[in-house]
Amino acid sequence: MSMTYTRRRLFNLFAQTVAGLCTMAVLLPLVLIFGYLMTKGVSSLNVAFFTQLPKPVGEPGGGMANAIVGTLTLIGLACTLGLPIGVLAGVFLADQGHSRLGSAVRFCADVLTGVPSIVIGIYAYTLIVLPTHSFSAYAGGFALGVIMLPIVTRTTEEMVRLVPSTLREAALALGVPAWRTTVWVVLRTARGGIITGIMLAIARVSGETAPLLFTAFGNQFWHHGLTGPISSLPAQIYTYAISPFEDWHRQAWAGALVLLILISLTSLAVRLLTRGRMRAAI
Amino acid sequence: MANVVKQERVGLGWPVTHSLASPLTRRTNIGDGLFRGVTALFAFAILAALGSIIFVLTWESWGSITTFGWSFLTGSTWDPVFKQFGAMPFIYGTLVSSFLALLQAVPLSIGTAVFLSELSPNWLRNPVSFLVELLATIPSVVYGLWAIFVLVPFVRNYAEPGLAATLGFLPFFQGPPYGVGMLAASMILAVMIVPYITSVTHEVLRAVPADQREAALALGATKWETIRVAVLPYGRTGIIGAVMLGLGRAIGETMAVTMVIGNRSDISLSLFAPANTMASVIANEFSEATYDLYVQALVEIGLVLLLVTVVINVLARLLVWSVAAPGGRKA
Repeated sequence: MSMTYTRRRLFNLFAQTVAGLCTMAVLLPLVLIFGYLMTKGVSSLNVAFFTQLPKPVGEPGGGMANAIVGTLTLIGLACTLGLPIGVLAGVFLADQGHSRLGSAVRFCADVLTGVPSIVIGIYAYTLIVLPTHSFSAYAGGFALGVIMLPIVTRTTEEMVRLVPSTLREAALALGVPAWRTTVWVVLRTARGGIITGIMLAIARVSGETAPLLFTAFGNQFWHHGLTGPISSLPAQIYTYAISPFEDWHRQAWAGALVLLILISLTSLAVRLLTRGRMRAAI
Repeated sequence: MANVVKQERVGLGWPVTHSLASPLTRRTNIGDGLFRGVTALFAFAILAALGSIIFVLTWESWGSITTFGWSFLTGSTWDPVFKQFGAMPFIYGTLVSSFLALLQAVPLSIGTAVFLSELSPNWLRNPVSFLVELLATIPSVVYGLWAIFVLVPFVRNYAEPGLAATLGFLPFFQGPPYGVGMLAASMILAVMIVPYITSVTHEVLRAVPADQREAALALGATKWETIRVAVLPYGRTGIIGAVMLGLGRAIGETMAVTMVIGNRSDISLSLFAPANTMASVIANEFSEATYDLYVQALVEIGLVLLLVTVVINVLARLLVWSVAAPGGRKA
């Protein structure tokens, strides 16, 4: 009896150790990736990286100024499409989520989250690049906007649901019309949470590369207007990473470090602002 | 529960403004109707987006669908020069790389989720789950960059020679160690899907009622026995759902895989050999496709990819929902 009990306790200890080791094994790549980015990225970062255009092969130096501006432009375009639709659709889900349309929309939003981003790229290519006969910032922004859409919708819904119904009742009892209650009381109260959801969506799309390959395409120079090809940080990192040139590899590491710092800061802010309320969004 | 539903209906959904409507408030009802109409329209845009993605991809690949029929899915020759398009090598590549990734990721993820929900001291739980979620925010292209310069050399110099020396009698571990190939791709895929499987499994385990654990502990079970007989069986459905969500991610993952899989359109049993997945062939060849049928064939691969991921995601959501309801409320 006591023998088996000892064995059970030993096995218990063993199983718990295995679970702990699993956790360490999961976190090991994170440590390695950040470590390499720090050592390889920091040494390649300089002022020129943020202010200059990429240099042709063989010329040392140069930077990714156009790619940084390009990424911000693409995110701006994506927000123009994704935010109004996403926030209002989220308000609809929070208010009328029980209706048949509500369940269908929620379901579609979740399915849309799982659609591979490269498929969204083909969609944007067919809808925008083919008719206009040109790769363009619009096409890239459209693709990113479609990817943002379900994330913004679902987080907005969650945040609006968190607003205590007593607040609505108070407004309604004062004779405020329901729609003004939603806009001036409910959305105002949920504003912080909705903004965090938006930041989460931005963090998610700012690293997207696949949908940009044949929509925004990439550009070694400053873009001219939004109807032509435009560079972006992830696409530039991809181009440089698969190139055979040592100098470009260094630039790729630096670009990856800058991109990751941007994204990590955003998600850290999200984490601090919501303190774990945003679980459903992943 | 009925009470909760009623509270949630307060707002636009609650008919109070209508039932109590006096002539004075009739004007505002127009505003309500308008606002509700506008939000419904935008919500409908999401339905339209998903519907039109499926429609647009079918439309755009119609030429290829009618030319090749089912043989597109079974043909193993992909030769744009002779206009021969069979997607089998890519379907094979996607299935094998995703399966291998699951093989590596699932035990680690479940172990981590068990650690987080059952074993971890309170002060450690939040930092660790934050770090796991941080893994999910690293962009695919950064994983790819790291994999090219760190993982691939490791695989070429240590993992592949090691596997060939110990398990080399199996056909999977034969051939020259290139570094780039199926093995490296599945490893980076595993790293990328671990955070998804872990956080959903963690969520599912948290939804297991405390009574379950207490009952097992009261019968004298050790902590591990409690987890094995009470916690894991209760969450089984949800864990399967979590694994399928991870599978959906793995199948659609593009950039990191494209950067390390070697991009060769052949079927090879050896995991050391370069291969291609559905997503990676689109990423590689789409902007180089020079004639219509070529583009249509690539779009058809995209369509297959879309349908497969949609089916997997729908099944996964249903499984997860049956255990841990969305919105943090527990079923």
